[in-house]
Amino acid sequence: MTVTDDRPAAEIGKDRRRKEDRRLITGSSRYTDNIVLPGMLHLAMVRSPFAHAKITAIDTSEAKQASNVVAVYTAADLDESAGVLINAWPITPDQKAPVHAPLPADRVSFAGEIVAVVVARSAAAARDAAEMVDVDYDELPAALDLKDAVADKVLAHPDLGTNKSALWIFDSKEAGTGGDVEEAISAARSDGVVIEREFRQNRLIPAFMEPRSVVVDPTGEQLTMWSATQVPHIVRFALAATTGVPESKIRVIAPDVGGGFGGKLQVTPEEWLAWWIARQLHKPVKFTETRSESMMAAHHGRDQWQKLTLAATKEGKVTGLKVELTADLGSYVAIVGGGVPVLGAFMYNAIYKIPAYHFACQTVLTNKTWTDAYRGAGRPEATFAIERLMSDLADELGMDPFELREKNWIKHEEFPFTTVAGLEYDSGNYEAATASAKEFFGYDELRAEQARRRDSRDPVQLGIGISTFTEMCGLAPSRVLGSLDYGAGGWEHASVRMLATGKVEVVTGTSAHGQGHETAFSQIIADRLGVPFEDVEVLHGDTQVSVKGLDTYGSRSLVVGGEALVRAADKVVEKAKPVAAHLLEASVDDIEFSAGRFGVKGTDAGLSIQEVAGAVFSAHNLPDGMEPSIDAEATFDPINFNYPHGTHLCAVEVDTETGQIKMRKYTCVDDVGNIINPLIVEGQVHGGLAQGIAQALFEDAVFDERGTLVSGSFVDYLVPSAADLISFDAHHASTPATTNTLGTKGVGEAGTIASTPAVVNAVLDAVRQFGVKDIVMPCSPARVYAAIAAGRAVDTGSASEGADQ
Amino acid sequence: MIPAAFDYAAPATVEEALALLAEHGDDAKIIAGGQSLLPVLRLRLNAPEFVIDLGKIDRLRGVREDGDALVIGAMTTHSAVANDPLVAQHAALISKAVATVADAQVRNRGTFGGALAHADPAGDVGAPALALGAEFVIAGQGGATRTVDAADFFVDLFETAIGEDELLTEIRVPKHTGWGAHYEKFVRIAQQWSIVAVAAAVKAEGGTISEARVALTNMGSTPLRATAVEQALQGKPATEDAIREAVGAVADGTNPPTDLNGDADYRKHLAQVLTRRAVLTAAGG
Repeated sequence: MTVTDDRPAAEIGKDRRRKEDRRLITGSSRYTDNIVLPGMLHLAMVRSPFAHAKITAIDTSEAKQASNVVAVYTAADLDESAGVLINAWPITPDQKAPVHAPLPADRVSFAGEIVAVVVARSAAAARDAAEMVDVDYDELPAALDLKDAVADKVLAHPDLGTNKSALWIFDSKEAGTGGDVEEAISAARSDGVVIEREFRQNRLIPAFMEPRSVVVDPTGEQLTMWSATQVPHIVRFALAATTGVPESKIRVIAPDVGGGFGGKLQVTPEEWLAWWIARQLHKPVKFTETRSESMMAAHHGRDQWQKLTLAATKEGKVTGLKVELTADLGSYVAIVGGGVPVLGAFMYNAIYKIPAYHFACQTVLTNKTWTDAYRGAGRPEATFAIERLMSDLADELGMDPFELREKNWIKHEEFPFTTVAGLEYDSGNYEAATASAKEFFGYDELRAEQARRRDSRDPVQLGIGISTFTEMCGLAPSRVLGSLDYGAGGWEHASVRMLATGKVEVVTGTSAHGQGHETAFSQIIADRLGVPFEDVEVLHGDTQVSVKGLDTYGSRSLVVGGEALVRAADKVVEKAKPVAAHLLEASVDDIEFSAGRFGVKGTDAGLSIQEVAGAVFSAHNLPDGMEPSIDAEATFDPINFNYPHGTHLCAVEVDTETGQIKMRKYTCVDDVGNIINPLIVEGQVHGGLAQGIAQALFEDAVFDERGTLVSGSFVDYLVPSAADLISFDAHHASTPATTNTLGTKGVGEAGTIASTPAVVNAVLDAVRQFGVKDIVMPCSPARVYAAIAAGRAVDTGSASEGADQ
Repeated sequence: MIPAAFDYAAPATVEEALALLAEHGDDAKIIAGGQSLLPVLRLRLNAPEFVIDLGKIDRLRGVREDGDALVIGAMTTHSAVANDPLVAQHAALISKAVATVADAQVRNRGTFGGALAHADPAGDVGAPALALGAEFVIAGQGGATRTVDAADFFVDLFETAIGEDELLTEIRVPKHTGWGAHYEKFVRIAQQWSIVAVAAAVKAEGGTISEARVALTNMGSTPLRATAVEQALQGKPATEDAIREAVGAVADGTNPPTDLNGDADYRKHLAQVLTRRAVLTAAGG
């Protein structure tokens, strides 16, 4: 499909400043914690300090006596109507998952799990009384180390008998999409090259700016929950499915939400407890977590071991890839926790033509914070693995890393291309993005400088890292989700309402939490209907307004939700056409719609769509039998995923005396198809890069040997700010997507997916000369220095330890 | 992040503050800029019954000259110290170090004296004060005032020579006019506490180091003066090789911490590299 009319795209492609930013940056926004209701009570959570322990007694008597305390609840008080937290994506029929109640009955399974809730008339009184709840624990051995956990050395949930939750396998020979990977590997062992690596995906904390917050109002016929969530529709469904309240009695509102990055794609014990307690007490309640609570109890991301075997010919043609993944679920299987690594299964082959592929993922329960989606969700891990492997293979063969990639990637004339993982890539041009990126980056000059620094033994060495990534986004074709045993579809809904005054209300089922939908969607509608940008109002995030929807994650809002919007707008035009014809006393066939105006072919006569909307409202003079409405809705289910791609180049200076890394240059050329608002896209790319770079260099959720989160505050969990990053050199190439009308591709996760391997490849490129083959992420100065020292020691024969760190 | 309840007073004079301290004793905590105390209260790591705010005592703020010394009021904010022309002229090491404290918001609220009294070994104000031989003026009960040398001020982790019923009022810094200065701070992200940092002030004439002052941040439970290195540098040419040799033993006898940013041995290695760089830069190299 292509855009069929030829009028100028006045709004699409324009650098509009975000209309939502005025309220967001001047403090006139409405976050959940800003909501104050009459008689509202406050909750404070009592959390376990132990990773794994039996609860032997809870004494709430002192807390109950405290001033302004209304109630204290423990698991013993809960009944069926408290519900459970659901896993919506059981990746295999035999997946093992512990029941996840809002409060555990008698055993805590991660440090930070809630064991009691205090309800008081003020947040301070609740907090004070929470300190008075006396919980007796018998500490149990905890399953903490992922590799030990998969060996069932200590059980995270003894009742399950194992920590192994599910084993999910894809094999190209079995699927008929490619050959036998074992054959490819053994052929390469005898006459070719085999690269074997084991990479660690560090555990990350989403660290959204607004901590999670929930308010529940149980008064009135419908119960209302406000939540700082990405997924109000999913929360509503899950409340209905597990707490016995009919869906039609539940209203969930995500008001202004301050970031999520996947971290608010969850149904949480805090929400469920607030829901249940409000219903018990018939009073509104609020809970807002502290930053410390957010870091220990909101879900984490990544945390995998990746065992990888890449087979290739001596000429650098990849012949097979085998991936053996161990993924840490944490203590519970979160809403899509098991599915996150499975999303990666389709991306290890990336932009390359790999003839044989085998992927196996073992998900594992441990006594750590649960894990789930975090920006990229499965795809950054896959991209990291393959882009590291390709650079390592180039190094092994003494080939230029670009030459090796080009030898293996899908050429632009080969699209659409069906990959070894079974996906059909609709469009792309890796040659163009790469050529452009090399040019902007000044690749040859930087290589020359690198050589000079090497020759002069400069203490500061330069490294250049490459990542030619692609990803699958725009979740998702419902049929594909069904085939993967996901619990819901992937469609999206939109409606367009033409108001009497000529204003346009657009309702989307996506749920923005910082993305700028109000602006970008206004631009689409302004273009499509030919109305002023200012006349478009975008409504979202309230299930009583946005009655259908599947929310925002997986870079889906524009490519799926935006397409629903386009289709709804086109229906409005079609419905308005006979009205215009009637009012203009012309035949419908002679009516043309262009730039917001219905005109009669060959005449000057015409009416604006806003005038038609006014006429429909008054309904004084409509065609016989026509209903007085030109409002329309559309539900769009994509037929395919969406495949943005790009070439990212990173240059770092490594201070070999300290291990300190200084980023010198970061250039990216992303192909995200047609762009609605370049300013928003740039913001998404920059923010995405920052988070991907953070995984490579800074962020790490570290637990001690008893399972306590050591990096539990921003003193130790290092989130980079603008002061730590350079000005990114971000550009675009464009091959429009063929699977949506606007030709757009997702951009929300691209920067995060692409940047991590580019950075680590750059660091390794600087220090490979010292015999370094790998540095575990985050590449801290201490690790980089140790790797260099160990590599040098091996070089000079003064130590026998390996160079790997 | 709600602290436990406490009573609060903001006296207008040092005498009133001291009287409150005497009255409440152990139950009281002093708040200066609050950049260390407030997080502790909000995390409920401490729950004092009484908080005495020094923010209303005007005479504790500002920088003045007094003969050969520069006098910095304890309640002068980091940003005021960092931007003060007298400090830049006579104690450039302090200007440079203080400018690296945390971020702009913290520097605008946090105070020089508050940070010294808090005595976090990873903080950036202790080492330059120690290097320049600052003296600490401490007010006690009954109008008593005593002065403590920098060498005696820092006692241990978060512990100084200030008594329980005393207040730090001024820091007297001997003028180091015309000295080169550099604070070499090693962090992973900009607003982090120092992993290791080195404060160096150097008096160099004709390419030769005539005197040097060097102190280390976060290489032990207190800031550490590198006296042996100072002596080794004296009379040496201000060249990289000479300095490298003179500072080689800077980490000897130190006891740095091990944490997520690196172990003690790595910190000892860093101290060497950073001291060389700090001295070389301070010497104009």
